[in-house]
Order: sequence, then C-alpha cells, then structure tokens
Amino acid sequence: MAEGGGIRGEYRVRRTLGDVVFNSVVDFFDGLFRPIQALIGSKRMPYVFVLPNLLVFVIFILIPMILNFSYAFTGGQQFFLADRTPVGGDNFAHLFDCGNFLDPNTCREDTFWIAMFNTVWFVVLQVGALVVVSLGTALVLNQKVKARAFFRSVFFYPVLLSPVVVALIWRWILQNDGLLNALIVAFGGERLPFLVSVGWTRFWVVFISVWSQMGFYTLILLAGLQSIPTELYEASSIDGANRWQAFRRITLPLLMPTMLVVLVLSVIRAVQSFDIVYAFSNGGPGTATTFMVQYIFNTAFMPPNQYGLAAAASLVLASILLILTLIQLRVGRQSELA
Amino acid sequence: MRKLSLVLLLLAALVMSVAAQDAVELRMVWYNDGNEGEVVRDLLDRFEADNPDIKVVIETVGYSDGILQQLPLQVQAGEAPDLARLTQFAQLRDYYLDLTPYLSDAETFASYFPAPLLAAFRPDGDETGIYGIPTQLTVTGPYINRTLFEQAGVEVPSDTSDAVTWREWVDAAQAVAEATGTDYAVAIDRSGHRIAGPMISSGATIIDSEGTVTIDSEGFRAFAEELKRWHDEGLTPTDVWLGSGGNYAPATNYFLNGQVVLYMAGSWQIGNFDANIGDAFDWEAVPNPSGPGGSTGMPGGATLMAFASTEHPAEVARVMEYLASPEVYAEFTARTLFIPGHLALPEFEYVTESESAAAALNVFVAEVPKLADQAWALQLYAHFTPLANSMRDRLTQYMIGELSLDDAIARIQQDIDEAIAAAGG
Repeated sequence: MAEGGGIRGEYRVRRTLGDVVFNSVVDFFDGLFRPIQALIGSKRMPYVFVLPNLLVFVIFILIPMILNFSYAFTGGQQFFLADRTPVGGDNFAHLFDCGNFLDPNTCREDTFWIAMFNTVWFVVLQVGALVVVSLGTALVLNQKVKARAFFRSVFFYPVLLSPVVVALIWRWILQNDGLLNALIVAFGGERLPFLVSVGWTRFWVVFISVWSQMGFYTLILLAGLQSIPTELYEASSIDGANRWQAFRRITLPLLMPTMLVVLVLSVIRAVQSFDIVYAFSNGGPGTATTFMVQYIFNTAFMPPNQYGLAAAASLVLASILLILTLIQLRVGRQSELA
Repeated sequence: MRKLSLVLLLLAALVMSVAAQDAVELRMVWYNDGNEGEVVRDLLDRFEADNPDIKVVIETVGYSDGILQQLPLQVQAGEAPDLARLTQFAQLRDYYLDLTPYLSDAETFASYFPAPLLAAFRPDGDETGIYGIPTQLTVTGPYINRTLFEQAGVEVPSDTSDAVTWREWVDAAQAVAEATGTDYAVAIDRSGHRIAGPMISSGATIIDSEGTVTIDSEGFRAFAEELKRWHDEGLTPTDVWLGSGGNYAPATNYFLNGQVVLYMAGSWQIGNFDANIGDAFDWEAVPNPSGPGGSTGMPGGATLMAFASTEHPAEVARVMEYLASPEVYAEFTARTLFIPGHLALPEFEYVTESESAAAALNVFVAEVPKLADQAWALQLYAHFTPLANSMRDRLTQYMIGELSLDDAIARIQQDIDEAIAAAGG
C-alpha cells in the first residue's frame, strides 16, 4: 500500500512538473505573440510564424543567389562586390566563345566545356548505375532472406560516412602502392594505374559515388516495394504469370512514382557532385574527372580568382538544373495522368 | 606565516590572471616543412615570458590546403590573421601591414634584409614600406640517394663533372634503379615553381627584363618533353603529377622511403631529411643540372607577413622585431637548418651532427650565386602564382594526352595573359 502510494505520489509530482513547464512555455509564447497579434491583427499572424524559416531562406539562399547573380556581371579579382567593375555580359560571352561547342579545345574557356561534358557522362553513367543497383538491391532485400536486417544495415552504412572519409579510404585502396595493387601483385599480376589512367579513374569515380549513395536510394525503393499490395502478386500467380512478368507488369509500374523521386534526387545530386571527387581525384588525371562544381570552385578560389566567371558558370549550371527538374516534373505528371 | 603565504599566493594568482586577461592575443598562421614550428614556438615562449602583454597563438595548417588555398581567401574576405608564414607573397601585396610607423628602429630593421626582397613585398606605388620578413631563403635543387648509387656500382655524375645535364642525371638514376630494383629513377614535386628552374636551365626564356612572359621557347619544349618521357617510360611515380588533380603535390615520401634515386625538391627539405632518414641511407644534395640556359634552380623562401587588418599593429611589430633580431633569427636558422635571408647575423653553427645535412647546406648555399636573373625575375613576378599553376596543370594535360604540347603552350600563354588582364594589368 505504502509502495503503491509512493508510486502514485511520484507520478503526480512528474505530471505537475510537466504541467508547469508546458504552461510556462505557453505563457511565454502567449506573452510574446499577443501584443504582436494586437498590433498587426490575427490575419497577418501566419507571416509571423513563417518568419524564422523565411529568414533562414533569405540569409542562406536568396541573398547568396542575388549576390551570385550580381557577381556574374562584374570583372576583376576584388572579393567585395562594391569594389568590382561592371562588365555586362562579358563573362557569359567568355564562357560561350567557342569555335565548335562539341570540341572544348576550340573554346576560349576550354575547362568549362570539358567540365560540362564530364558532368554529362558522369550523370548518365552514375544515375543509370545507381538506379539499377539500388533497385536490384531493394528487390533482394525485399525477399525473405536470412539476416535481412543485417544486410539492410550493411548497404546503408556507407551513406553515414563523410564523403571525404569515403574518398580517402578508396584513394588509399587504389593508389599505386595501395591495397588493391598489393593484392594484384601478390597474386602475380602487374600494378594497375587506378588513379592515373583516365579510364580507370572515371570508372572508380562512378563506382565510389554509387557505392556511397546506393543505400539511401535502396531504402526509398524498398519502401516503395513494400507499399505494393501482395494480393496483386497472388492474383498474378493464380493467372499464371511468372516472376519476370510480375515484375514488368506489377512491380515496375507501381514503383514508377518512387523511381521518379529517386531519379530526380539522384540527377540533381550527380550534377552537383563535388566533395567525393574533389577528395578522391581532385578532378584529375588532367581534367578527366573535373565536373562543373569543381570548375566553379577552382575558377573562383584558385589564382587568378575569377569570381565573375565562376558566378556566370554557376548561373549556367543553375539553368541546366532548372530545365532538368522541370522536364522531370512534367514527365512525372504525365505518368501520373497515364 | 602560513596565512601570509596563502594571501601572497592568492595575490600572485590574481595578478597573473589579470595580466593574462590583459594580454593581446595575436593569431599567426604557420606551416611546417620540418621542425620550424617547434623552434618558433620555443622562441615565442621566451618572448611571451618577457612580454606578458602579448600572446601569440600559432595556427598550424597544411601547406597546400591551408597556405596556398585557404589563406588567400581568408585575407581577401577580410578574415586575415595578424601574421602568417607564406611563400607566394606577391599574390597578397595589397593586404599587408606597413610596419614602419610601429617599429622602434625601422631603418635598422630594413637593413637586416635584402632590399629587393623588401621591395617585392610592397604594393604598387610604395617604395619604402616594410611589410614582412623572409624567415628563410630557399633554392630548388636535386637530392640523390647515394647508397643506391654505391649498391648499383654506378658513378654519381656530379662527382666527376661540374656540368651534368638532366638527361645524364636521369640516365644514371635509371641505371641505378634498374640495378637495385628501386621503384623509380626520378621524382619531382608537382609544382610550377619546381619545374621552372629545369626549364630555364634547358634554355627556356619565360620572362624577359621588361616582365613580359613568353611561354613558347625551345628550352620550355625540351624540358616539357623530358618530363613527359619520365612518365611515359615509368621512370617517375605517376601518382605525383597525374594522380593529384589540380593541386600541388610533393614527392617527398618516395625519397624518404628509398623508392626513388633522384628527387628534385629544394633546400627546405634538409631538416626533414635529417630528422627522418637518419642512417637508413646516405642522402646528398647535388648541384642543379646544366643545360643551354645554365645551371639554375629557383630561388624562393618563406616569409612572415603582417596583415593590415590586424587590430594590434604595435604588438605585431614587436613580435616581428623580436623574430628579426639577429640573435633570435640566428637561433631559428641554426635549429631549423634553413638558409638565412638575414644580412646581419652573428656567427652561428647549424645544430646538427649530420654530415649529410651540413654538406647539403653547403651545396645549396653554393647554388645561390648560380641562380639565373630570369629565375629571380620569375620568383618576384606579381603573377607568378597563376603562371606556375597553369604550367603545372596544362603540362599535366599534355602528359596524359588531353592536349598536344603546342596546345598546352598556347593555353599557358592564354591563361597568364587573362590573369594579367583580370588583375587590371
């Protein structure tokens, strides 16, 4: 009896404390917002509530965007906008001064076009591989396999690693005196130029970025797969459909909305690729893995610090991303309607 | 009595804490090649003991990321430290602090250092300002692993000749590497500064007396082709130049690990080799190879610069005066095994028992008078950083086949012309 009373007493104290804290918070905000509401009226109060997020957006997105836009029309090496010389569209003219757009060597700013083409092949290969591998993994992990939870963690684990850590680990594995070459030599083979041959470096850049991101997309696709009603598979089985037919006629169509999300996210992320590649190959060998964001970074932050040119290039990149996103949204809407 | 002691102790602690609170804190960005960070800390500890109103916090950063990449951005963004040790001083000439009004004896201070060097620190239009001090002079030049030469039974070319070409050196190093099973014959840091000396020795005329830069010359082409040959024939570790993207990359570890016979670096590595090679093998500095353009390395050095944005110019000047004083500078030089950039040092002896280090110092000191005028002109050229970066990156493109040599040369010329235009030159 005494014990039970003790427990009830403790419960009451905790609840009272909770009440006190809750009431204090409510009183605080009430005291804060009531005068504001009295001042501006209740209809305008929603603006007050979105203000914190709006401030974050303005400071970290809108102002940098406006600054970037302004820098794109200025020249010189001065850091502060006020000290820079207006040059109109010269930076864009510089970027697009090309004899033949398909041959970067004929362009005045050849590295911009090399980076552009590198980004295109990287997006195509990386996103293609990422979607296929993530889908395959999600399909396997959706089956009743042994230690399923363990394997799900294993595939997701690289997502938790810092991109720089991922890049450095792979660099140590792949360098001339690295682990992989040591294994090859131990088995009587010749060292392979993983980090100095254009083909190998491009392959590993795609491989590493797929390896480090696939867990995230696998998880999204797995959720999509689990939302497909099992009755559909049972019905198709009764109708005599084999597994491939069930996959083509049921899984793929019903997974399309999720696939579209994966596609949009992975394309945007691939176009913005920087951290892993910068730490892994730093754009090399030569310019073989220099992508758009690294070109912008190098142009702005390496001597001779052409901030205007970099800002113009980033506007071009933003335009490409905008067009890609609009196309994907349109395709998404059409498929929803269909 | 015990009570009195306690009161005195408390009073002392109080006084010390007040003094500590009042101390002006100066931020000094620093990078290390060898032990110079420890040495300067030790010297500054003594300075702080004598000057309790100043505390110097050393922020040690990596050379490539911290000094070459981040420091210029911090300075341009108005976030400069009070002091920084750097190498590409011309790039930030508009941001330095003129110490003249804050020095107790500016004339004597200026007399400690070579006038052309002090002039190179100044922004355009200034002919008298004092903006920093050279903490050391450097000269680029090659090192060899003599033990490997002895094991291979190959004669060291410079033992019998004063004028050994790059080709003769590399052929000898290749013979040594083949005979001893060493991984590589030759290595050179991935740096435009490092290849500039061999280019000039090979006959390149990169900059003329008027300061006009012309890339295309027979000498430039000759050494560019030689550098490519090293890569094509597997004579050099390709990871350094081809596997490092658009960054500076040293080949130091290959030499430290005995994986390369001949390594082109410079005098700043003496302390590092002295400390880290020990008696693993005999190493030596050898004179710069000869060619149609002479036998020149590149001068260089590290400088300690004060920044105009500091809130404590007087305290910065006191630290500079202390580090520039002949006795302190001599101790710094003796303990770091650097070549001094000071004209009024008392007699001192380098703190090393290593014969290799002492001999290497003598070799590099003997290289100073051989430096070509063009090498000095390049080092003091205001646009040398973008020029050196372009030489490094465009020649890499040439070596992996992205550009022909003609195209690479044309691109370097275009890059430097545009860099000059961007700077309003």
